[in-house]
Amino acid sequence: MSEMSLGAPLAPTGGKRTVMIYSRYERFWHWSQAALIFALAISGFGVHGSLPLLGFRLAVQVHSYAAVALIVLWIFTTFWHFTTGQWRQYLPKLSSLPAVIRFYAWGILTGAPHPYSKTLKRKQNALQSLAYLSFMVLIGPALWSSGVVYLAYPLWAGWAMAAIGLPAVALIHTAAAFLMVTFVIIHIYMTTTGKTVAHYVTTMITGYDSIEVSPAQAAYLEQEEPGLLKP
Amino acid sequence: MAPSAPVLSRLVFAILLAGGGLAAAGTVESPPAPPSVAGEKSGPLTGGTADHSKFDALKGPFADNAAVTKACATCHTEAETHVKKTIHWTWDYLNPSTGQHLGKENLINNFCTNAKDNEGMCAECHIGNGVEKGEYDFKKQTSVDCLVCHDSTSTYYRLPPTRGHEACGVLFEGRQPYDLANVAQRVGLPGRENCGACHYNGGGGDGVKHGDLDSSLNRPPKTLDVHMAVDGANFACTECHLTDKHVIAGSRYDMVAKDLVGQGKPGERRAVATCESCHGVAPHPKPSLIGYQLDAHAERVACQTCHIPKIARGGVATMTDWDWSTAGRMIDGKGYFEENYKQGDGEARHTYWSIKGNFTWGENLTPTYKWFNGRMIYTTPDGKLDTDRLPVPINAVQGEADDANARIWPFKEMHTRVPYDAGNKTLVYNHLWGADDTAFWGNFDLAKSIAAGMKIENRPFSGEIGFLPTVSNWPITHMVAPKEDAVPCAECHARQSRLATLAGIYMPGFSRFGWLDFLGFAALALTVLGVIVHGGLRMAMRKDPDGGAK
Repeated sequence: MSEMSLGAPLAPTGGKRTVMIYSRYERFWHWSQAALIFALAISGFGVHGSLPLLGFRLAVQVHSYAAVALIVLWIFTTFWHFTTGQWRQYLPKLSSLPAVIRFYAWGILTGAPHPYSKTLKRKQNALQSLAYLSFMVLIGPALWSSGVVYLAYPLWAGWAMAAIGLPAVALIHTAAAFLMVTFVIIHIYMTTTGKTVAHYVTTMITGYDSIEVSPAQAAYLEQEEPGLLKP
Repeated sequence: MAPSAPVLSRLVFAILLAGGGLAAAGTVESPPAPPSVAGEKSGPLTGGTADHSKFDALKGPFADNAAVTKACATCHTEAETHVKKTIHWTWDYLNPSTGQHLGKENLINNFCTNAKDNEGMCAECHIGNGVEKGEYDFKKQTSVDCLVCHDSTSTYYRLPPTRGHEACGVLFEGRQPYDLANVAQRVGLPGRENCGACHYNGGGGDGVKHGDLDSSLNRPPKTLDVHMAVDGANFACTECHLTDKHVIAGSRYDMVAKDLVGQGKPGERRAVATCESCHGVAPHPKPSLIGYQLDAHAERVACQTCHIPKIARGGVATMTDWDWSTAGRMIDGKGYFEENYKQGDGEARHTYWSIKGNFTWGENLTPTYKWFNGRMIYTTPDGKLDTDRLPVPINAVQGEADDANARIWPFKEMHTRVPYDAGNKTLVYNHLWGADDTAFWGNFDLAKSIAAGMKIENRPFSGEIGFLPTVSNWPITHMVAPKEDAVPCAECHARQSRLATLAGIYMPGFSRFGWLDFLGFAALALTVLGVIVHGGLRMAMRKDPDGGAK
């Protein structure tokens, strides 16, 4: 009931509080990245010839400009991760991984509680951390590094290795694109596994979620960061 | 401050003069004139400063063309010497890169097959005067016909040097006479019509041979050819095919398939007729993503491949198929023709003609695309034919994807069943034109005409005549469309690609790794299946309406 407290300060208590866990920048990053990835997937599989919706020329334009935009976004976000220390959220935490996997494989069906609860310091469960880490250090870099080389083809078209270089780059880029789309499908499905089907998506839009905070965290938030607590 | 160099030299000169004056007791000598600079280059001639109608030498009347040429030579003293060194005169060409002996005097093609032994007619397009008999000696000291290239009245024309057989001679009768003096007084630089008089009609008629050269280019709209358009740049042929001592740039026998030099310094490049020699090697608009990508295409794709979307699109058809095996049919002992193709400009074209056989025509055709490094290997009359691989290429286009000098070029393919020596497996000289009883055009007897042709050439002939499927490849480079009509990306970058038959290049939209697509789409399908199964189980096993764990 502490969410309802108004007016004169009470002694801070811990427990469930509705706290902003995804900052404005994080949400901006997430949703603009989502939009760009959709645009890139549609145009990219258009360029590949599997999804001829836009026409080749427009697909190339959309894909190239969206790619540049996403790379800029990723540069900013990498900077943000390191300056804010948020990069620690992605450190693998393998000890609790089996429990999380067991939950999604079986517990979720039988109504078992989630073995992990969000905290301010650790917003993601072990499986999420691992998935997002691989997104950011494997799939993402495979895509952008091969993509930059692909996009810069005019610079190396005249090199002798261009004839084998181009298919090699295309191979890496296409393979990583399949992994990316697979990731996105699973990711979207997993958003439906919250308290309600829309709960996680709502959280990612508003930034607020009800999480367990310690009395000390509650006291700090109320005194120093009241804006992060939903009144 | 030291005196400047001119001041110093003037001082020295004055002292010398003074000294000299003393020595020569007062006579002053002017300094020697410096020699004139040799070999200075000038730009192409435009404008002109002479009105040929004012020259006494051209008043006429002229007895014949040779008399006009004589008059021309009174001023243009070296023109004839220059012309006689060019392939337009010699019909003879030694390809420096392949060592093959080419030219109309040496080759057999798959239209009317051989100019040789048929000069009595074919020399209608040779720029020499004084052919009296059927045989023509190109080394003979006859005069050059200046007018066929320099006539600007559109009235001058050439006829076959000999009349040929009764049945064919009539084809060239009844044309409007022309006034040689009038033509001579109105000479000018060659226009499209001048070059076209021969080059439009290669293969035996308007548009027959090339597909990108026909009479529609006399007055083309921009949509047909941006360069020659009468409402546009209105280029004469020589605007690109620059000349030097009457040698004209841009030979099909030795082509520049990939020009990395581009424009060079202003006015520098005269011996090439490539697109790049005017447009440079990076011509697309920049800065633009598409512009950079299109410039990069030029590494592997010739300009013509994208910028000439279709050929024979001016209303004049081009021939795509010719079957000599049906030639010689007669009705009531006489040759005949059928005209069952009506081309875009309304004119009917032969679909059968006793003197030639059956024809197939095409318009608005998509070219055939091939890797091409500028070299062609010709099937020459002396070579033994490889009849295991059909059709036999009259000219085999050289170049592969892994050849850095090769680019993808558009071609018109001409498919013909030509008569050949099936015993010796060689191409044959066919004696088509003549008033004698062996010429095919009149007598309709291939056994006789081929035997005669081979005899004139002193070639062995087994007497066994067969019909050989052949293909000749004509590089496409004219009929450049406006840029907005260039071939759209998706015509090639798609599963249904114009370049589908070309191996060795990765082309996004067309190319793929089949196994990767299989694995990738299988992974996606399994993922979606997993989601459906997992989601279905969650819904089926849900215990309370609020959903899972609270």
